[in-house]
Amino acid sequence: MSQKVLLTSKEVNIILNRLACQLIENHLDFSSTVLIGIQPRGTFLAERLKDLLEKEYNINNIQLGFLDITFFRDDFRSREKQLEANKTQIDFLVENKKVVFIDDVLYTGRSINAALTAVQSFGRPSEIELLVLIDRRFSRHLPIQPDYRGRQVDAFNDEKVKVCWKEKDGEDAVYLN
Amino acid sequence: MSELSVNHLLGIKYLNKQDIDLIFETADHFKEVINRPIKKVPSLRDITIANIFFENSTRTKLSFELAQKRLSADVISFSTAQSSVKKGETLIDTVNNILSMKVDMVVMRHANPGAAYFLSQNVKASIINAGDGAHEHPTQGLLDSYSIRERLGEVAGKKVVIVGDILHSRVALSNIYALQMQGAEVKVCGPKTLIPKYIESLGVTVEPNLRKALEWCDVANMLRVQNERMDVNYFPSTREYAQQYGVDKALLNSLNKEIVIMHPGPINRGVEITSDVADSEQSVILDQVENGVAIRMAVIYLLASKIQ
Repeated sequence: MSQKVLLTSKEVNIILNRLACQLIENHLDFSSTVLIGIQPRGTFLAERLKDLLEKEYNINNIQLGFLDITFFRDDFRSREKQLEANKTQIDFLVENKKVVFIDDVLYTGRSINAALTAVQSFGRPSEIELLVLIDRRFSRHLPIQPDYRGRQVDAFNDEKVKVCWKEKDGEDAVYLN
Repeated sequence: MSELSVNHLLGIKYLNKQDIDLIFETADHFKEVINRPIKKVPSLRDITIANIFFENSTRTKLSFELAQKRLSADVISFSTAQSSVKKGETLIDTVNNILSMKVDMVVMRHANPGAAYFLSQNVKASIINAGDGAHEHPTQGLLDSYSIRERLGEVAGKKVVIVGDILHSRVALSNIYALQMQGAEVKVCGPKTLIPKYIESLGVTVEPNLRKALEWCDVANMLRVQNERMDVNYFPSTREYAQQYGVDKALLNSLNKEIVIMHPGPINRGVEITSDVADSEQSVILDQVENGVAIRMAVIYLLASKIQ
Protein backbone atom coordinates (compact mmCIF):
# COMPACT_ATOMS: atom_id res chain seq x y z
CA MET A 1 0.00 0.00 0.00
CA SER A 2 1.30 3.44 -0.83
CA GLN A 3 2.42 5.58 2.02
CA LYS A 4 2.61 9.34 1.93
CA VAL A 5 4.80 11.32 4.29
CA LEU A 6 2.81 14.07 5.96
CA LEU A 7 5.51 15.30 8.30
CA THR A 8 9.20 14.57 8.47
CA SER A 9 11.27 14.44 11.63
CA LYS A 10 12.43 18.04 11.10
CA GLU A 11 8.88 19.27 10.60
CA VAL A 12 7.67 17.42 13.72
CA ASN A 13 10.41 19.15 15.68
CA ILE A 14 9.47 22.60 14.42
CA ILE A 15 5.82 21.97 15.18
CA LEU A 16 6.60 20.74 18.70
CA ASN A 17 8.50 23.97 19.38
CA ARG A 18 5.66 26.07 18.05
CA LEU A 19 3.09 24.19 20.14
CA ALA A 20 5.26 24.64 23.22
CA CYS A 21 5.47 28.38 22.58
CA GLN A 22 1.72 28.62 22.06
CA LEU A 23 1.17 26.84 25.37
CA ILE A 24 3.52 29.28 27.13
CA GLU A 25 1.68 32.21 25.57
CA ASN A 26 -1.57 31.08 27.21
CA HIS A 27 -0.34 29.46 30.39
CA LEU A 28 2.87 31.40 31.27
CA ASP A 29 4.43 29.54 34.19
CA PHE A 30 1.92 26.66 34.23
CA SER A 31 1.23 27.22 37.94
CA SER A 32 -2.45 26.44 37.59
CA THR A 33 -2.23 24.33 34.45
CA VAL A 34 -1.95 20.56 34.14
CA LEU A 35 -1.15 18.55 31.02
CA ILE A 36 -3.01 15.31 30.42
CA GLY A 37 -1.91 12.90 27.72
CA ILE A 38 -4.68 10.71 26.34
CA GLN A 39 -3.77 7.01 26.36
CA PRO A 40 -2.47 5.20 24.46
CA ARG A 41 -0.70 7.43 21.91
CA GLY A 42 -1.20 10.94 23.21
CA THR A 43 1.22 10.19 26.01
CA PHE A 44 4.30 10.39 23.74
CA LEU A 45 3.37 13.86 22.53
CA ALA A 46 2.62 14.95 26.11
CA GLU A 47 5.99 13.69 27.39
CA ARG A 48 7.78 15.40 24.52
CA LEU A 49 6.10 18.72 25.15
CA LYS A 50 6.82 18.55 28.87
CA ASP A 51 10.44 17.77 28.13
CA LEU A 52 10.69 20.65 25.68
CA LEU A 53 9.03 23.14 28.04
CA GLU A 54 11.39 22.17 30.84
CA LYS A 55 14.65 21.97 28.91
CA GLU A 56 14.29 24.63 26.22
CA TYR A 57 12.03 27.11 27.94
CA ASN A 58 13.05 26.59 31.57
CA ILE A 59 9.58 26.03 32.93
CA ASN A 60 9.70 23.73 35.92
CA ASN A 61 7.15 21.83 37.95
CA ILE A 62 4.88 21.00 35.04
CA GLN A 63 2.25 18.52 36.17
CA LEU A 64 1.67 15.75 33.66
CA GLY A 65 -0.84 12.92 33.89
CA PHE A 66 -2.11 10.17 31.64
CA LEU A 67 -5.78 9.42 31.15
CA ASP A 68 -7.16 6.15 29.85
CA ILE A 69 -10.61 6.44 28.32
CA THR A 70 -11.32 2.79 27.49
CA PHE A 71 -14.05 2.39 30.12
CA PHE A 72 -15.67 5.66 29.06
CA ARG A 73 -15.99 5.00 25.35
CA ASP A 74 -19.44 5.03 23.77
CA ASP A 75 -18.54 2.32 21.27
CA PHE A 76 -17.69 -0.37 23.82
CA ARG A 77 -19.21 -3.68 22.62
CA SER A 78 -20.02 -2.29 19.17
CA ARG A 79 -16.41 -2.65 18.03
CA GLU A 80 -15.17 -5.85 16.50
CA LYS A 81 -11.98 -5.90 18.46
CA GLN A 82 -12.00 -5.59 22.21
CA LEU A 83 -10.34 -2.44 23.46
CA GLU A 84 -7.22 -2.69 25.50
CA ALA A 85 -7.18 -0.65 28.67
CA ASN A 86 -4.12 1.37 29.59
CA LYS A 87 -2.86 2.89 32.78
CA THR A 88 -4.43 6.04 34.10
CA GLN A 89 -1.97 7.99 36.17
CA ILE A 90 -3.15 11.30 37.53
CA ASP A 91 -1.39 11.98 40.83
CA PHE A 92 -2.92 15.42 41.36
CA LEU A 93 -6.36 16.95 41.66
CA VAL A 94 -7.68 18.73 38.59
CA GLU A 95 -10.14 20.73 40.69
CA ASN A 96 -10.07 24.37 39.51
CA LYS A 97 -7.07 23.71 37.28
CA LYS A 98 -6.71 24.55 33.62
CA VAL A 99 -6.44 21.19 31.90
CA VAL A 100 -4.81 20.70 28.51
CA PHE A 101 -5.70 17.40 26.83
CA ILE A 102 -2.95 16.20 24.54
CA ASP A 103 -3.53 13.64 21.78
CA ASP A 104 -1.78 12.70 18.57
CA VAL A 105 -4.69 12.69 16.11
CA LEU A 106 -8.11 14.31 16.33
CA TYR A 107 -10.51 12.42 14.07
CA THR A 108 -14.17 11.83 15.00
CA GLY A 109 -13.90 13.56 18.38
CA ARG A 110 -15.30 10.57 20.24
CA SER A 111 -12.10 9.91 22.21
CA ILE A 112 -12.06 13.50 23.41
CA ASN A 113 -15.74 13.26 24.26
CA ALA A 114 -14.95 10.22 26.42
CA ALA A 115 -11.98 12.02 27.95
CA LEU A 116 -14.19 14.96 28.93
CA THR A 117 -16.37 12.55 30.91
CA ALA A 118 -13.44 10.56 32.30
CA VAL A 119 -11.56 13.55 33.68
CA GLN A 120 -14.54 14.45 35.86
CA SER A 121 -13.60 11.48 38.08
CA PHE A 122 -10.63 13.55 39.19
CA GLY A 123 -12.44 16.80 39.97
CA ARG A 124 -13.93 19.81 38.19
CA PRO A 125 -11.37 21.64 36.06
CA SER A 126 -11.82 25.39 35.63
CA GLU A 127 -11.34 24.95 31.88
CA ILE A 128 -10.24 22.32 29.41
CA GLU A 129 -8.25 22.89 26.22
CA LEU A 130 -7.27 20.48 23.49
CA LEU A 131 -3.90 20.16 21.80
CA VAL A 132 -3.39 17.75 18.89
CA LEU A 133 -0.54 17.10 16.50
CA ILE A 134 -2.79 16.18 13.57
CA ASP A 135 -6.28 17.54 13.03
CA ARG A 136 -8.21 15.56 10.41
CA ARG A 137 -10.59 18.06 8.91
CA PHE A 138 -14.19 17.33 7.86
CA SER A 139 -14.39 14.04 9.74
CA ARG A 140 -15.84 15.08 13.07
CA HIS A 141 -18.90 13.32 14.53
CA LEU A 142 -19.15 15.79 17.39
CA PRO A 143 -18.73 19.56 17.80
CA ILE A 144 -15.17 19.31 19.14
CA GLN A 145 -12.28 21.43 17.81
CA PRO A 146 -8.67 21.73 18.95
CA ASP A 147 -7.28 24.88 20.62
CA TYR A 148 -3.76 24.07 19.42
CA ARG A 149 -3.05 22.08 16.28
CA GLY A 150 0.19 20.94 14.74
CA ARG A 151 -1.02 20.34 11.20
CA GLN A 152 -4.42 20.16 9.62
CA VAL A 153 -4.88 17.40 7.06
CA ASP A 154 -7.64 16.29 4.72
CA ALA A 155 -7.92 12.54 4.48
CA PHE A 156 -10.51 10.09 3.24
CA ASN A 157 -12.26 8.02 5.86
CA ASP A 158 -10.57 4.81 4.77
CA GLU A 159 -7.14 6.39 5.03
CA LYS A 160 -5.18 6.12 8.23
CA VAL A 161 -2.95 8.76 9.75
CA LYS A 162 -0.06 7.17 11.58
CA VAL A 163 2.05 9.19 13.98
CA CYS A 164 5.44 7.66 14.75
CA TRP A 165 7.60 8.58 17.73
CA LYS A 166 11.31 8.02 18.12
CA GLU A 167 10.93 6.36 21.53
CA LYS A 168 8.30 3.89 20.27
CA ASP A 169 8.70 3.49 16.51
CA GLY A 170 12.31 4.53 15.96
CA GLU A 171 11.63 7.82 14.16
CA ASP A 172 9.58 10.99 14.40
CA ALA A 173 7.26 11.16 11.40
CA VAL A 174 3.63 11.25 10.32
CA TYR A 175 2.38 9.07 7.50
CA LEU A 176 -0.84 8.74 5.56
CA ASN A 177 -1.64 5.14 4.65
CA MET B 1 -6.52 -7.10 22.67
CA SER B 2 -7.08 -10.71 23.41
CA GLU B 3 -10.43 -11.65 24.84
CA LEU B 4 -11.65 -14.37 27.16
CA SER B 5 -11.85 -17.83 25.66
CA VAL B 6 -15.23 -18.40 27.33
CA ASN B 7 -18.66 -16.75 27.22
CA HIS B 8 -19.54 -17.69 30.79
CA LEU B 9 -17.54 -17.93 34.00
CA LEU B 10 -18.64 -21.33 35.27
CA GLY B 11 -15.43 -22.39 36.93
CA ILE B 12 -11.67 -21.91 36.84
CA LYS B 13 -11.49 -25.35 35.23
CA TYR B 14 -12.88 -23.89 31.99
CA LEU B 15 -10.34 -21.03 31.80
CA ASN B 16 -6.76 -21.03 30.60
CA LYS B 17 -3.67 -19.17 31.77
CA GLN B 18 -4.17 -16.35 29.22
CA ASP B 19 -7.70 -15.78 30.53
CA ILE B 20 -6.41 -15.44 34.08
CA ASP B 21 -3.65 -13.04 32.98
CA LEU B 22 -6.20 -10.95 31.07
CA ILE B 23 -8.56 -10.83 34.06
CA PHE B 24 -5.71 -9.76 36.37
CA GLU B 25 -4.48 -7.04 34.01
CA THR B 26 -8.02 -5.69 33.65
CA ALA B 27 -8.50 -5.87 37.42
CA ASP B 28 -5.34 -3.74 37.87
CA HIS B 29 -7.07 -0.97 35.91
CA PHE B 30 -10.29 -1.32 37.87
CA LYS B 31 -8.40 -1.26 41.15
CA GLU B 32 -7.13 2.16 40.11
CA VAL B 33 -10.69 3.18 39.20
CA ILE B 34 -12.13 2.21 42.60
CA ASN B 35 -9.50 4.30 44.34
CA ARG B 36 -10.46 7.47 42.44
CA PRO B 37 -12.52 10.25 44.02
CA ILE B 38 -15.37 9.16 41.71
CA LYS B 39 -15.27 5.39 41.65
CA LYS B 40 -17.46 4.74 38.66
CA VAL B 41 -17.12 4.23 34.91
CA PRO B 42 -19.96 4.23 32.37
CA SER B 43 -18.84 1.15 30.38
CA LEU B 44 -21.87 -1.08 30.99
CA ARG B 45 -24.69 1.45 30.96
CA ASP B 46 -26.59 -0.65 28.40
CA ILE B 47 -26.29 -3.92 30.31
CA THR B 48 -28.72 -5.39 32.83
CA ILE B 49 -27.51 -7.99 35.29
CA ALA B 50 -29.57 -10.23 37.56
CA ASN B 51 -28.04 -11.51 40.78
CA ILE B 52 -29.83 -14.69 41.73
CA PHE B 53 -28.83 -16.14 45.07
CA PHE B 54 -30.39 -19.45 46.04
CA GLU B 55 -28.02 -19.61 49.00
CA ASN B 56 -27.11 -17.08 51.64
CA SER B 57 -24.30 -14.66 50.97
CA THR B 58 -23.19 -11.30 52.31
CA ARG B 59 -19.75 -10.60 50.96
CA THR B 60 -20.06 -12.14 47.51
CA LYS B 61 -23.45 -10.59 46.84
CA LEU B 62 -22.40 -7.13 48.00
CA SER B 63 -19.15 -7.40 46.10
CA PHE B 64 -20.90 -8.37 42.87
CA GLU B 65 -23.50 -5.63 43.29
CA LEU B 66 -20.87 -3.02 43.94
CA ALA B 67 -18.80 -4.19 40.96
CA GLN B 68 -21.87 -3.97 38.71
CA LYS B 69 -22.81 -0.52 39.97
CA ARG B 70 -19.25 0.77 39.57
CA LEU B 71 -19.51 -0.30 35.92
CA SER B 72 -22.88 1.51 35.60
CA ALA B 73 -24.85 -1.66 34.83
CA ASP B 74 -28.49 -1.90 35.85
CA VAL B 75 -28.83 -4.46 38.59
CA ILE B 76 -31.70 -6.55 39.88
CA SER B 77 -31.13 -8.77 42.87
CA PHE B 78 -33.14 -11.67 43.99
CA SER B 79 -32.81 -14.14 46.80
CA THR B 80 -34.95 -17.20 47.20
CA ALA B 81 -36.33 -16.30 50.61
CA GLN B 82 -38.92 -13.97 49.05
CA SER B 83 -39.39 -15.69 45.69
CA SER B 84 -41.62 -18.07 43.78
CA VAL B 85 -38.96 -20.77 43.99
CA LYS B 86 -40.64 -21.54 47.29
CA LYS B 87 -43.82 -22.21 45.29
CA GLY B 88 -42.07 -24.93 43.30
CA GLU B 89 -40.91 -23.10 40.17
CA THR B 90 -38.02 -24.82 38.36
CA LEU B 91 -34.63 -23.19 37.97
CA ILE B 92 -34.93 -22.79 34.19
CA ASP B 93 -38.41 -21.28 34.49
CA THR B 94 -37.31 -18.85 37.17
CA VAL B 95 -34.33 -17.69 35.16
CA ASN B 96 -36.17 -17.54 31.84
CA ASN B 97 -38.84 -15.38 33.44
CA ILE B 98 -36.14 -13.02 34.64
CA LEU B 99 -34.47 -13.05 31.22
CA SER B 100 -37.71 -12.16 29.45
CA MET B 101 -37.40 -8.85 31.28
CA LYS B 102 -34.36 -8.28 29.01
CA VAL B 103 -31.53 -9.24 31.27
CA ASP B 104 -28.12 -9.78 29.66
CA MET B 105 -26.16 -11.49 32.39
CA VAL B 106 -26.94 -13.70 35.36
CA VAL B 107 -24.82 -14.08 38.47
CA MET B 108 -25.99 -17.15 40.32
CA ARG B 109 -25.26 -18.95 43.56
CA HIS B 110 -26.90 -22.31 44.01
CA ALA B 111 -26.57 -25.24 46.40
CA ASN B 112 -26.27 -27.82 43.62
CA PRO B 113 -22.90 -28.46 41.98
CA GLY B 114 -23.18 -27.87 38.24
CA ALA B 115 -26.19 -25.54 38.52
CA ALA B 116 -24.35 -22.74 36.69
CA TYR B 117 -23.24 -25.11 33.92
CA PHE B 118 -26.79 -26.42 33.58
CA LEU B 119 -28.09 -22.88 33.29
CA SER B 120 -25.51 -21.92 30.67
CA GLN B 121 -26.69 -24.83 28.51
CA ASN B 122 -30.36 -23.94 28.81
CA VAL B 123 -30.80 -20.18 28.86
CA LYS B 124 -29.64 -17.35 26.64
CA ALA B 125 -27.52 -15.12 28.86
CA SER B 126 -23.98 -14.85 30.04
CA ILE B 127 -23.68 -16.79 33.31
CA ILE B 128 -21.30 -16.11 36.17
CA ASN B 129 -21.06 -18.77 38.82
CA ALA B 130 -21.01 -17.21 42.28
CA GLY B 131 -20.70 -20.59 43.94
CA ASP B 132 -22.38 -23.89 43.10
CA GLY B 133 -22.54 -26.21 46.08
CA ALA B 134 -19.17 -27.74 46.92
CA HIS B 135 -18.01 -27.45 43.31
CA GLU B 136 -16.49 -24.08 42.33
CA HIS B 137 -16.45 -20.43 43.33
CA PRO B 138 -14.39 -19.01 40.47
CA THR B 139 -14.32 -15.32 41.39
CA GLN B 140 -13.07 -16.25 44.87
CA GLY B 141 -10.35 -18.43 43.34
CA LEU B 142 -9.33 -15.54 41.10
CA LEU B 143 -9.28 -12.92 43.82
CA ASP B 144 -7.25 -15.18 46.12
CA SER B 145 -4.58 -15.64 43.43
CA TYR B 146 -4.74 -11.94 42.64
CA SER B 147 -4.14 -11.11 46.30
CA ILE B 148 -1.14 -13.47 46.37
CA ARG B 149 0.21 -11.82 43.21
CA GLU B 150 -0.26 -8.41 44.80
CA ARG B 151 1.49 -9.33 48.07
CA LEU B 152 4.26 -11.59 46.74
CA GLY B 153 4.77 -10.23 43.21
CA GLU B 154 3.80 -13.39 41.40
CA VAL B 155 1.98 -16.67 41.87
CA ALA B 156 4.30 -18.92 39.89
CA GLY B 157 6.60 -20.96 42.09
CA LYS B 158 4.82 -20.07 45.32
CA LYS B 159 3.82 -22.71 47.84
CA VAL B 160 0.26 -22.50 49.06
CA VAL B 161 -1.42 -24.63 51.68
CA ILE B 162 -5.20 -24.73 51.93
CA VAL B 163 -6.20 -25.59 55.48
CA GLY B 164 -9.46 -26.92 56.85
CA ASP B 165 -12.70 -28.15 55.39
CA ILE B 166 -11.64 -29.11 51.87
CA LEU B 167 -14.49 -31.59 51.45
CA HIS B 168 -17.30 -29.02 51.54
CA SER B 169 -15.35 -26.16 50.03
CA ARG B 170 -15.91 -24.71 46.57
CA VAL B 171 -13.24 -22.15 47.40
CA ALA B 172 -10.67 -24.94 47.75
CA LEU B 173 -11.37 -26.42 44.33
CA SER B 174 -11.31 -23.08 42.51
CA ASN B 175 -8.11 -22.16 44.33
CA ILE B 176 -6.43 -25.43 43.42
CA TYR B 177 -7.25 -25.00 39.72
CA ALA B 178 -6.26 -21.32 39.65
CA LEU B 179 -3.02 -21.77 41.56
CA GLN B 180 -1.86 -24.78 39.57
CA MET B 181 -2.67 -23.06 36.28
CA GLN B 182 -0.34 -20.24 37.32
CA GLY B 183 2.44 -22.55 38.38
CA ALA B 184 2.06 -22.58 42.16
CA GLU B 185 2.46 -25.69 44.29
CA VAL B 186 -0.54 -26.66 46.41
CA LYS B 187 -0.92 -28.75 49.55
CA VAL B 188 -4.06 -29.32 51.55
CA CYS B 189 -4.18 -29.80 55.29
CA GLY B 190 -7.04 -30.79 57.55
CA PRO B 191 -8.72 -33.62 59.45
CA LYS B 192 -8.79 -36.76 57.34
CA THR B 193 -12.59 -36.75 57.38
CA LEU B 194 -12.64 -33.34 55.66
CA ILE B 195 -10.15 -34.20 52.91
CA PRO B 196 -11.80 -35.66 49.77
CA LYS B 197 -10.69 -39.19 49.04
CA TYR B 198 -9.35 -38.59 45.53
CA ILE B 199 -7.88 -35.14 46.11
CA GLU B 200 -4.40 -36.33 45.10
CA SER B 201 -5.64 -37.00 41.58
CA LEU B 202 -5.76 -33.20 41.19
CA GLY B 203 -2.01 -33.06 41.72
CA VAL B 204 -2.08 -31.74 45.28
CA THR B 205 -0.47 -33.42 48.26
CA VAL B 206 -2.02 -33.94 51.65
CA GLU B 207 -0.20 -32.88 54.80
CA PRO B 208 -2.08 -33.86 57.95
CA ASN B 209 0.21 -31.90 60.28
CA LEU B 210 -0.54 -28.18 60.40
CA ARG B 211 2.88 -27.09 61.70
CA LYS B 212 4.69 -28.99 58.94
CA ALA B 213 2.34 -27.53 56.36
CA LEU B 214 2.92 -23.99 57.58
CA GLU B 215 6.68 -24.44 57.65
CA TRP B 216 6.56 -25.57 54.03
CA CYS B 217 4.34 -22.82 52.63
CA ASP B 218 4.54 -19.15 51.57
CA VAL B 219 0.79 -18.65 51.87
CA ALA B 220 -1.81 -20.32 54.08
CA ASN B 221 -5.41 -20.07 52.97
CA MET B 222 -7.52 -20.85 56.04
CA LEU B 223 -10.97 -22.13 55.09
CA ARG B 224 -14.08 -21.85 57.19
CA VAL B 225 -15.55 -24.94 58.79
CA GLN B 226 -18.87 -25.22 56.98
CA ASN B 227 -21.10 -26.43 59.76
CA GLU B 228 -24.20 -25.85 57.64
CA ARG B 229 -23.10 -28.45 55.08
CA MET B 230 -22.22 -31.12 57.63
CA ASP B 231 -24.85 -33.79 58.08
CA VAL B 232 -22.72 -35.84 60.49
CA ASN B 233 -19.88 -34.99 62.86
CA TYR B 234 -16.62 -34.88 60.93
CA PHE B 235 -14.50 -34.09 63.99
CA PRO B 236 -15.09 -34.61 67.71
CA SER B 237 -15.50 -30.96 68.74
CA THR B 238 -14.86 -27.43 67.59
CA ARG B 239 -12.40 -27.05 70.45
CA GLU B 240 -10.38 -30.03 69.26
CA TYR B 241 -10.46 -28.72 65.67
CA ALA B 242 -9.19 -25.33 66.82
CA GLN B 243 -6.37 -26.98 68.77
CA GLN B 244 -5.21 -29.10 65.84
CA TYR B 245 -5.99 -26.96 62.81
CA GLY B 246 -6.42 -23.44 64.15
CA VAL B 247 -3.65 -20.88 63.70
CA ASP B 248 -2.77 -18.53 66.55
CA LYS B 249 -0.11 -15.86 66.86
CA ALA B 250 2.18 -18.09 68.95
CA LEU B 251 2.21 -20.71 66.18
CA LEU B 252 2.87 -18.08 63.50
CA ASN B 253 5.71 -16.51 65.49
CA SER B 254 7.35 -19.88 66.07
CA LEU B 255 7.74 -20.50 62.31
CA ASN B 256 11.10 -19.87 60.72
CA LYS B 257 9.65 -17.44 58.14
CA GLU B 258 6.84 -14.98 57.67
CA ILE B 259 3.91 -16.44 55.77
CA VAL B 260 0.85 -14.74 54.29
CA ILE B 261 -2.49 -15.59 55.89
CA MET B 262 -5.67 -15.61 53.80
CA HIS B 263 -9.28 -16.38 54.63
CA PRO B 264 -12.25 -16.21 52.26
CA GLY B 265 -14.61 -15.20 55.11
CA PRO B 266 -16.77 -15.29 57.06
CA ILE B 267 -14.25 -16.02 59.81
CA ASN B 268 -15.11 -18.18 62.78
CA ARG B 269 -12.77 -16.23 65.06
CA GLY B 270 -10.98 -18.54 67.44
CA VAL B 271 -11.65 -21.62 65.31
CA GLU B 272 -9.67 -21.44 62.03
CA ILE B 273 -7.67 -18.41 63.10
CA THR B 274 -7.53 -16.31 66.23
CA SER B 275 -8.35 -12.60 66.19
CA ASP B 276 -4.73 -11.50 66.59
CA VAL B 277 -3.83 -13.49 63.45
CA ALA B 278 -6.82 -12.20 61.46
CA ASP B 279 -5.91 -8.60 62.31
CA SER B 280 -2.13 -8.99 61.96
CA GLU B 281 0.22 -7.54 59.34
CA GLN B 282 0.60 -10.97 57.79
CA SER B 283 -3.09 -11.25 57.04
CA VAL B 284 -4.42 -10.04 53.65
CA ILE B 285 -8.05 -10.77 54.49
CA LEU B 286 -9.30 -7.23 53.96
CA ASP B 287 -7.18 -6.83 50.81
CA GLN B 288 -8.97 -9.91 49.51
CA VAL B 289 -12.29 -8.14 49.98
CA GLU B 290 -11.11 -5.00 48.15
CA ASN B 291 -9.57 -7.06 45.36
CA GLY B 292 -12.86 -8.97 45.10
CA VAL B 293 -14.60 -5.90 43.72
CA ALA B 294 -11.84 -5.22 41.17
CA ILE B 295 -11.75 -8.87 40.05
CA ARG B 296 -15.52 -9.02 39.68
CA MET B 297 -15.52 -5.76 37.71
CA ALA B 298 -12.91 -7.26 35.39
CA VAL B 299 -14.84 -10.51 34.91
CA ILE B 300 -18.14 -8.74 34.27
CA TYR B 301 -16.51 -6.22 31.92
CA LEU B 302 -14.73 -8.88 29.89
CA LEU B 303 -17.79 -11.11 29.61
CA ALA B 304 -20.05 -8.16 28.76
CA SER B 305 -17.77 -7.25 25.88
CA LYS B 306 -18.63 -10.62 24.34
CA ILE B 307 -22.39 -10.13 24.51
CA GLN B 308 -23.73 -9.28 21.06
